[in-house]
Amino acid sequence: MSNTLFDKVWDSHVVRKIEGGPDVLFIDRHMVHEVTSPVAFLGLKNRGLKVLYPERTFATADHNTPTINQHLPVADPLSANQLKALESNSKEHGISYWGLGHQKNGIVHVVGPEYGITQPGATIVCGDSHTSTHGAFGAIAFGIGTSEVEMVLTTQCIMQPKPMKMRININGKLGKGVTPKDVALYIISKLSTSGATGYFVEYAGEVFENMSMEGRMTVCNLSIEMGARGGMIAPDETTINYVKDREFSPKGEAWDKALAYYKTLKTDVDAVFDKEYTFDGSTIEPMITYGTNPGMGMGISNAIPKVEEVEGGVASFAKSLNYMGFREGEAMMGKKVDYVFIGSCTNGRIEDFRAFASIVKGRKKADHVTAWLVPGSHIVEKQIRDEGLLDILKEAGFTLRQPGCSACLAMNDDKIPAGKYAVSTSNRNFEGRQGPGSRTMLASPLVAAAAAVTGFVTDPRTLIQ
Amino acid sequence: MAYDKFNILRSSAVPLSIENVDTDQIIPARFLKATERVGFGDDLFRDWRYNPDNSPKAEFILNNPLYSGKILVGGKNFGSGSSREHAAWAIYDYGFRCVVSSFFADIFKGNCLNIGVLPVQISPDFADKIFRAIETDPKTELEVNLPNQTITLLSTGEHESFDISSYKKSNMMNGFDDIDYLVNIKPEIQEFASNLPI
Ligand code: SF4
Repeated sequence: MSNTLFDKVWDSHVVRKIEGGPDVLFIDRHMVHEVTSPVAFLGLKNRGLKVLYPERTFATADHNTPTINQHLPVADPLSANQLKALESNSKEHGISYWGLGHQKNGIVHVVGPEYGITQPGATIVCGDSHTSTHGAFGAIAFGIGTSEVEMVLTTQCIMQPKPMKMRININGKLGKGVTPKDVALYIISKLSTSGATGYFVEYAGEVFENMSMEGRMTVCNLSIEMGARGGMIAPDETTINYVKDREFSPKGEAWDKALAYYKTLKTDVDAVFDKEYTFDGSTIEPMITYGTNPGMGMGISNAIPKVEEVEGGVASFAKSLNYMGFREGEAMMGKKVDYVFIGSCTNGRIEDFRAFASIVKGRKKADHVTAWLVPGSHIVEKQIRDEGLLDILKEAGFTLRQPGCSACLAMNDDKIPAGKYAVSTSNRNFEGRQGPGSRTMLASPLVAAAAAVTGFVTDPRTLIQ
Repeated sequence: MAYDKFNILRSSAVPLSIENVDTDQIIPARFLKATERVGFGDDLFRDWRYNPDNSPKAEFILNNPLYSGKILVGGKNFGSGSSREHAAWAIYDYGFRCVVSSFFADIFKGNCLNIGVLPVQISPDFADKIFRAIETDPKTELEVNLPNQTITLLSTGEHESFDISSYKKSNMMNGFDDIDYLVNIKPEIQEFASNLPI
């Protein structure tokens, strides 16, 4: 029988099928962070349960951590309390714990791949919806709720109905200044934020084949923003070269065995998907969002759509534009930008900083712009230094902060003030996501860089030499 | 965590006819700092419900004394965004036991089922009817019958059936959760784990 990549990985992890119910799915690797895990650990305690396979769970602190002065005690008592809880829970249950100040600390979806926790063909979960990031390696990876975190801790399984299957094919060559982020925002703008709800997506075609692992992670990361549980890309040479020799990757004989398995991880030629979309990569422009969900995106040179051009709720569309302080039919280009944020598990990797630096090099940060540059991990931070990017950034008037989720969800002090406009490389432009009253425009690191140096929404293609 | 059993719920409802209500609106991230599951209802829809100075926003539906009940009727694509179970906790803690919408985001729906909030998905037409009925008379009652899997607009008798897996249905009716089930099959899981290919 012909199977999709998704079928192969899913079916091989089903412990039991429940009639009229979900599948019991075995989870290979589990990541936890300080915000969605404390109640799960408390649940274990209340039920008198233990962690079944502590070696399969990895803990890092990222969501509420400060991105400056990480050597000092965390000032906010509630955040400090959550961090302490993660530390003591990890210690009590024998789980690897990479807390603040630890060399391996960083955003969960950045450090997981960096240390080889993420492997092709694995099932990976975390109490964070952007766990879909790890699908870039041909893993089934998705976000779960706290009850499910508790399930994984105590039984290494969760119960899930098998999602339907969707494939998104993009062929053709991407144009100048068009990045993986633009590809993802383009797809979401076509499918809407609920277009892939109930599905697990496979991305296929030339555009993804030619992408680096960093780029693939950006694309898979954003799968959730069109409602999909997750997205995945079949592993190839690029994947294997990335995974090989990472700390938690299989070694020696185990690696040979793993490699043989990785090579089976592709969709059979005549396998059938429940839904399939095909787009032409050459038509994609640098993208930017104008509204309050990631589906409200457009090519940067276009105008904000008119009410009659959008499907569905007129009231919701109007509410959204009103929140943003924009009007239908207006151009996005030239809008004033107050803040620029580059970072998050979507665009906080080395390639993103290289892209950002390529534009700001030899230019200066616009005076009225506050820029937060937040690497996804210490490895990224080190690469930025080692590659000389830090000098370029400093020369242009930028400083680098310390790793963490930061303004992606603004749980720490990195909050965009009410009413201010931010061009952000993160993943959500929901009302107040980046701080109460904040107004977010999602875009690529190139668009963010162009905004940072000009102070306005600017087409980065005009700044690329 | 144990929750109250769900059988037949008859109640007036609170209408929130906005589309794409995401979990950042249901409970903003800055209220996720607790290490226990208590008090989340106070911050349900925090930024829609209160001004920055904590005074209630009169125009928001939860602040309108005309509307109350154990059922929340939401717009299309309810619960999109973050996986935070806190969103479902906040809804439960506030006093809702059932959320009705013409379309739910996946993770949110699963989270609700895991903690004892029943997500009831209905047709857009029926959702419109319910919204209109409540608008006309805020005291309009709905009956959500889990054993029969039906939802009825009591004023007119119009009803629709809804889907739920038989497994989840029996969990909800008995107040069980998945952990109870999984813990019981632990030996089978361990056996499975010892036979994993890599
Ligand atoms: S960067 Fe944002 S999306 Fe990514 S893990 Fe952190 S909070 Fe979640």
